[in-house]
Amino acid sequence: MADLINLIENWIKNILLGWGVTESLAVFILQVLGSVLVVIVCFVIVIALIWVERKLAGRIQDRFGPNRAGPYGIFQSFADIIKIFTKEYITPVGAEKGLFNIAPVLAMFSVLAIWAVFPFAINVVGGDIHVGVLYIVAIGAFGILAILMAGWSSNNRYALLSASRSVAMLISYEIPMIISLLVPVLLAHSMKLSVIVEAQMPWNIFVAPLAALIFGISSMAEVGKAPFDLLEAESELVAGYHTEYSGMKFGMFYVAEFLHQFTVGALMAIFFLGGWTGPLAVRWPILGVFYFYGKTFFIYLVISWIRLSLPRIRIDEMLNLNWRFLIPISFINLIAVAIADRVMLEFNLARWIYVVVMFLINILILVAALTIAEKNEKAVERVEFSPRPIAVPPGKESK
Amino acid sequence: MVPVLIFGLSSVVTLGAALAVVTNKNILHSAFYLILAFVGVASIYVLLEAPFIAVVQVLVYIGAIAILIVFAIMLTRRLLSKDLIQRNAQWGLSALGATGLFLVLGWIVYSVNWPVKLLTVPEDPISVLGQELLSTYVVPFEIASVLLLAALVGAILIGRERE
Amino acid sequence: MLTNWVYIGVFLIVAVVVPLVAVLIPVFIAPKKPSTRKEEIYECGIETKGNIRIQFKSQYYIYALIFLIFDIETIFLFPWAVALGNLPLFAVIEGVIFIVILFAGLVYAMRKGVLAWS
Repeated sequence: MADLINLIENWIKNILLGWGVTESLAVFILQVLGSVLVVIVCFVIVIALIWVERKLAGRIQDRFGPNRAGPYGIFQSFADIIKIFTKEYITPVGAEKGLFNIAPVLAMFSVLAIWAVFPFAINVVGGDIHVGVLYIVAIGAFGILAILMAGWSSNNRYALLSASRSVAMLISYEIPMIISLLVPVLLAHSMKLSVIVEAQMPWNIFVAPLAALIFGISSMAEVGKAPFDLLEAESELVAGYHTEYSGMKFGMFYVAEFLHQFTVGALMAIFFLGGWTGPLAVRWPILGVFYFYGKTFFIYLVISWIRLSLPRIRIDEMLNLNWRFLIPISFINLIAVAIADRVMLEFNLARWIYVVVMFLINILILVAALTIAEKNEKAVERVEFSPRPIAVPPGKESK
Repeated sequence: MVPVLIFGLSSVVTLGAALAVVTNKNILHSAFYLILAFVGVASIYVLLEAPFIAVVQVLVYIGAIAILIVFAIMLTRRLLSKDLIQRNAQWGLSALGATGLFLVLGWIVYSVNWPVKLLTVPEDPISVLGQELLSTYVVPFEIASVLLLAALVGAILIGRERE
Repeated sequence: MLTNWVYIGVFLIVAVVVPLVAVLIPVFIAPKKPSTRKEEIYECGIETKGNIRIQFKSQYYIYALIFLIFDIETIFLFPWAVALGNLPLFAVIEGVIFIVILFAGLVYAMRKGVLAWS
């Protein structure tokens, strides 16, 4: 009865029908309104997130963070928006204008489009499609494309270099991400996001903690922020593939990065933390929306905390972590979970035994993998250099 | 009415992009037009109520093969020079052959009475697909894995840099 | 079924239009004062020399190839994972064999050292 979302939906629909609009057109208009609402909410959240992130980064690094514009600097983001909208666009000489201008829009599109299939509450799902999980993975391809376009069209050799390295990293980390996504699909026996959410009894993070861990690490790499930001290390290099961008075109890449991290939080919430489920969420769907955004925001803060605490990793460490650790362990995890799930279904065990066994299997694999990895890791050789004089008089150079 | 309109739009996009792939002088632009053509094909799959194929189209062709093509272009510096010649001496002959093939194929498509079965899409198509894949088509399923392994080994052998 | 895809189609269009509008607003309100100095390629003040479109390492190509192969593998695995509940036990083992065969490929790649950064 107290279903606020359906109430508003029906109210608008009745108004439209009252104006003599046909049923199918009314549904279409509602769909347009719904998608515009989701997109606008995404933008508003990013504006808030940028302030939260900067304040948090400041506190963690023993600074104040933004503190001039308004109390606690809460108007900082709005000042930034005004600035970025009035900045001049600079297109470097020799840039390929078409691709150069498409790339930032495509980068934003690739993150926004994922939100089309999210379940926000019970029966409040945009596109409840059978291939939801694959859709999310497929849309990510456009983000990779945007990076390649930006790097190529900028006519800057460092932007191109960074773009190619970024893409190599993104496609490498996409493999463990997809394989770890197979685990929630396997547990729910469906690729529909709404079914995956409703099938979680208890949350998947207790049934498949290892998949959650792998997904978390690999999607943090997909976002491309610290500690995986070695390709656009702001403190050492200029900016990476968006070196030549200015004004709002750069802003789109920046906003896309923030929204991507938030989207990763939403994906974690849906696949491993039960999405919109929570106390009373079935009776009052509006509560489900709050739970969903709350969990998403919580994961966002955890990711921020991790990346603000860890130093940047080197490129060889990054590649080894992926190919020698994440991918093998995610395959083994998938095999173990599949066999365990099927065997335990055969015996028709109680739910709590199932969960405990699954949890133990996951922990066992993780511990075994860490032990093997530690054994195989070659000890770091420290090479001692003798001190060298800074300048040597001519004729006295060492042979 | 609306599906027909969307079908028309996506076919125009697909064919236009495909034409641009062939006629464009810059080979990298051709690669990006190819991606647009893939998007058009994906939307046609959606219209045919085959969303799994549509998503696979985007995932494999745009997410992997297009990036592979772009990397391949960037690897070969000679392809990036502006004055590439797109035609050789036999372009007229091959155009004739292609037109002939197109006419023959078009004639076949129109003249043959295709056996069309009208079936409704099952409630959970992916589950049905998985069951079929692992019962009726299990041998091709396993052979696909061996094929992929062969491709992997081949890629490593060819691409490996000599020390 | 198709109504869900109509929503996704609408959403995709909105997801293009909104960033496009955001990018277009500064075209009307931002100043425009182009100059040759400003439009130079940014290399921290040093003039750009030589060919900008540099050649890639072939290693990137191998990464893309391996990614393609694992991408196709996962596409076979998704229907398997969805259908797992309705499959007999030996079908699960068939899927596991599928994974193990490709896992051998990964081990081979690691042995050959193509995945290490040089």
